[in-house]
Amino acid sequence: MKVVLRNPRREVEVAGNRRVKEVLRDLDILPETVLVIRGDDLVTADQVVSDGDTIELRPVMSGGAP
Amino acid sequence: MKCRKCGGAAAIELRRHNAAFCVADFLEFFRNQVREAIRRHRMFARDEPVLVAVSGGKDSLALWDVLIEDGYRTTGLYLDLGIFDYSVESKARCEAFAEARGVPLLVRRVADEVGAPVPVIKQVTRRPPCSGCGLSKRYLLNRVALDEGLPVVATGHNLDDEAATLFGSVMHWQTDALPRQSPALPSTHPKLVRRVKPLYRLSERETAAYAFLRKIDYIVEECPFAKGATSIAHKLILDRMEDASPGAKHNFLFGFLEKARPAFERAEAVALNECARCGQVTTGTLCAFCKLADQVKRSV
Repeated sequence: MKVVLRNPRREVEVAGNRRVKEVLRDLDILPETVLVIRGDDLVTADQVVSDGDTIELRPVMSGGAP
Repeated sequence: MKCRKCGGAAAIELRRHNAAFCVADFLEFFRNQVREAIRRHRMFARDEPVLVAVSGGKDSLALWDVLIEDGYRTTGLYLDLGIFDYSVESKARCEAFAEARGVPLLVRRVADEVGAPVPVIKQVTRRPPCSGCGLSKRYLLNRVALDEGLPVVATGHNLDDEAATLFGSVMHWQTDALPRQSPALPSTHPKLVRRVKPLYRLSERETAAYAFLRKIDYIVEECPFAKGATSIAHKLILDRMEDASPGAKHNFLFGFLEKARPAFERAEAVALNECARCGQVTTGTLCAFCKLADQVKRSV
């Protein structure tokens, strides 16, 4: 399964056919810090992603000057 | 996972609310939180024109979208910080957003106002870039609103931003900063407009989800100067706490606003003067913005 990461943009291959929360745990990413995007949809942490899927983990943090 | 309202398939889980929502019900939840913020703090009346500070990021464009959808009379203000491609791309996002919705957008360049863009200000002042940037933003938002006859500025600060700012203030016991932390700051001088934060009830992830689901083309990339910023470090700490205890950020911020903030309010108001140069409000003779512009002029 392909995972697209941002800032900087890059792609990694991880094992699929498991729940999103397990993928996030393997990548050491807190679920509350990203949107999990598959195509035009958001994916919740309990959903299973398959080996053929591409998901984007889009960070939600912004920051700098208040 | 099922939507709490309709029982359909959920698109997003909100652990701090112990709830999940489908797309339609999440969008309505989001708008209701903004409406509640505006109502609770009397941020602006239905017929008041509002200046919305937009950066091209998810928060400010999500805020602008909600206000437009709810029928408010809004004008966007984009401050061009001159931060390389980041500013070029974020400005393009704001212009495309405004054009698609037929709403007015003002653009002001920090380089025109201060004498140099943010990267040069950083070099000249030898201070963190967020310092000169934040000072310029606060000054220009107020001045442009005054110039345009707009009584209130709305910014896209969210729950995470506010919790991180509060965390930083508490870590250093900046007791003069604590009373100024509020979802709505009233005008305390004829030359100070009201400042409001209608997204303060919504987390960063919620505003990102709203922007994505509304198909808002926002800039995902971070400001290149944000890396290493203290506010980011504080957010990372709070993210860990939120993961261990959902609702931690909410409890921290709302507990402060409801219980602690009044204790830090000053009995005596600070004397406000008008800057000898620009006429904007300051506590001294020359305002910090004019001092910054002087410093830039001497060095560039």
